[in-house]
Parts: sequence; structure tokens; C-alpha cells
Amino acid sequence: MPQLGADMSAGRLLRWRKQVGDRVQRGDIIAVVETEKADIEVEVFTTGVIERFVVQPGQKVPVGTVLAIIREEGKPPGAPISAPTPTPVPPVGLPVSPMPAVAPPPAPVAPPAAEIAGRRIRISPAARKLAADLGIELASLSGTGPAGRITMEDVQRAEKFRRAPEAALDRSARMRQAIAAAMARSKREIPHYYLSTTIDMSRSMTWLTQGNLKRSVEDRLISGVLLLKAVALALREVPELNSLWKDGAAIRSADIHVGAAISLRGGGLVAPALHHTDRQSLDDLMKNFRDLVQRARAGSLRSSELGDPTITVTNLGEEGPDSAFGIIYPPQVALVGFGRIAERPLVADSKVVARRALTATLSADHRVSDGHRGGLFLAAVNRKLQEPEKL
Amino acid sequence: MTREQIRETVLRVLGQIAPEADLSQLKPDLRIRDQLDIDSMDLLNFVIALHKELELDIPESDYPKLSSLNGCTNYLTSALHVE
Repeated sequence: MPQLGADMSAGRLLRWRKQVGDRVQRGDIIAVVETEKADIEVEVFTTGVIERFVVQPGQKVPVGTVLAIIREEGKPPGAPISAPTPTPVPPVGLPVSPMPAVAPPPAPVAPPAAEIAGRRIRISPAARKLAADLGIELASLSGTGPAGRITMEDVQRAEKFRRAPEAALDRSARMRQAIAAAMARSKREIPHYYLSTTIDMSRSMTWLTQGNLKRSVEDRLISGVLLLKAVALALREVPELNSLWKDGAAIRSADIHVGAAISLRGGGLVAPALHHTDRQSLDDLMKNFRDLVQRARAGSLRSSELGDPTITVTNLGEEGPDSAFGIIYPPQVALVGFGRIAERPLVADSKVVARRALTATLSADHRVSDGHRGGLFLAAVNRKLQEPEKL
Repeated sequence: MTREQIRETVLRVLGQIAPEADLSQLKPDLRIRDQLDIDSMDLLNFVIALHKELELDIPESDYPKLSSLNGCTNYLTSALHVE
């Protein structure tokens, strides 16, 4: 069960999209999982043949649980097998150690072990008895002990999840809870600092209007796409803001995947990734952004889109506020906010003139960057938006 | 196409953009954007859908004329030369 954002601790498998024996490639959709926020299409992160399904439709399991076993290409039966998901990160408020992406090979002489469908499962006698008493399938458990051994705690945790009262709450309320958990964690753990700057949008808006005159209705751009691209390009200049905080340290992301905050009808929001935002042309970005918004609201996002963002951009300007100071979405280390584009009095050539402008803000993690670097980043965003033809 | 058919088309397209909305409650003279909570991406999808349904190019400069249901119907009625 992949972790699809810091606010996800568990997910319910709704259905498999493949069958045992099917050959799958990296990127294929293998399952649909229900989270607090939406139904998510889970992608495969390896290439091989599906050996078996560990979790059955309808089961709700914690993040990190192995959903299926995929035999990688070129590896004979009995060779190490890999799970269909990347190594998950520890979920919020749930002390589950992640299942290794590659399960250990069977040991010749193992501690008390069970064998299920050809796979040896290491489990302590007490844990095995408890699982039997509770009627829990060993195959549905992920071990957190040495060498993946299933412990008493693993069984107890599985029982807790199984017996947890089914949320009578509707999705909107559950989403509120998920957002609350992630945002409270962010405010608790991340020392935020905030910066803002006013950006003259005259050039960008004139360029956009003139360009749209030449475009067909379907191909027109919206200002939000320029903002996303400007952020992505500015991140190349201040790459520490494009990092993830893991295990007490910031790890710079090699790729720039901007998460675009999208409000959902009926409340709540998601911030899925526009992959390689900096490398996309504005036309491609517009097409992909439009598709992303449509799918986000229809509830058909993919696991990589929720798991991959390296920074979030929120554009609340259309709803009227002049500026938006956001809360960082862990494990990201920065969030950029844009306010309304409106005519404002700016000073140019010692004269006060009316110009279309917006306020751009940066919320950043002080463990990773400081105000000086944050200021350089906002200056870079501003500079990019003064040359829209280069975006 | 009659004015009433244009109005029905507008409402049908709005229903696709905001499927959860009760369009019978839409006040025809107030801004659609405020009543249905739509953003610039929705507006673009709205214009694209009208373009496909009515085979009409709506320039960006005319978007403000589409702000209310009545405004929208009036604009399209005029643009399509409907009596």
C-alpha cells in the first residue's frame, strides 16, 4: 500500500485491474485504492509477472503493506521478489515500519516459519498463535521484526485496523481529518518562515492575451500555467527548495515535480504532481494541467501523481484574496502561494502607475533554507514572469 | 436553434462542469462563478464545451459577457443571430 501523501495512513483495496499471471510494466495501473481523499489508481514500479495477490478487494490495510507479489523479469521462482510499490515512508501517526521493496529470500534454516503459497513467512510462535486466535491470515501481514519477521505488534496492529470502526463519516469529513492530520504535523514539526513579493504581471498577461488570440479555443492558456512554469524554472536556481525531508535530513530531488493544489467540489483539496514541470512546454503543461484538474475532480488520480510532488503551488487568486501563505505539505520543504492578479499602484520610472500585479509568497522550512535563499527564489520567479516568451 | 434551446445548452454544459450543482436554484442574473464555485479552468472548459456544442468561437475578451446565465444566453443568442 503506497503512501500517497503525508495525510494517508491506510488505504482500502477496491479492485485489482490485473490478474495473477499477467505481465506488467513499470507504470501500468494494477489496482484501485480508496483513500480518505479519493480513489487512486496504483501504478506498478517494476516490470515482471504477477505471482499472487496478498490483499483482497475490500481489505483496508496500513501504508507499507505488501499488496501483491511480482516476480521481476529474469528471476526464477524462489528468487527474491519485489513488491509493486516503492519503499514507503513512515506514515503519519502510525508506527509501521515499511516493508522492504525486495523481500528477503527464504532462509535454509528459519526461525519458526509458515509457508504460504510457496513463500516462507517468518513469525514468532506467540504472534502466530495470536494471529490464529484472531483469525488473521498470515499472508496479509507485513513483518517489522528482524529480516521481516512478523511480531506480536504486527498482529495487534492488523487487528486494530481490521476492527477499527468503519468510518461512518462521508468522504468529505474523512478528507478534512486527513488534511487536519497532515497540516497539524507540518505546523508541529516544520519551522516555517514566510516571504512575499509583488510581481508586475503586465508583460505576462499581455503576452498571454496576445498569444491566446492566435490559439484555438481548446489550446488557450491560463495564467496559472505561467505561474507553475515560472516556479519550476526558478527551482533550478534555488534547488534546496525542491527537496524532501526524510530521516532528519533534506534530500534534494533530482526532478522537479510541482504539485498543483486543486480544490475539490464539495470541499477539500489535493495537490497532485505535474511531472517534470520544468521540462514541459507551456502547451504541454496546459494540456496536462487541464487533464489533472479534470481527473482530480472525477476521482481518478494515479499513485505517482500523489506520491511524487517535490513542492506545492497554491493559486487562490481567483477566489479573491490578495495573497496566500500556505502550510508546507510534508515531506516537502516549501510551498508557493499566488494571490489575485489585479490592477495595483506600482512605481515605475518614479511615477505611480496602475499595473496588473500579484503577490507571490513562499512558505519554507527553515531547517533546509534561510530567508536569503528564499528571497532569491522569489526574485527568480519574478524574473521568469517578466520574460513570458522564455517560459 | 431558439433562445430557449441555447439556454438549455448552457445549463447542460454547466451541469457537466459542476455536476453536484442544483441548477434549478441558479439565479439567472447573478454571476455563475459565484454561485457554482467555478475557477478559470472550469471557465475554459465551459467555453470549450460551448464551442463544440454551438460551433462558435468565443474570444477571450468576451468572457465577461458570459458571467451570468442571462448574460450568457443573450450573448450566444446575438452571436448565433437567433431571433
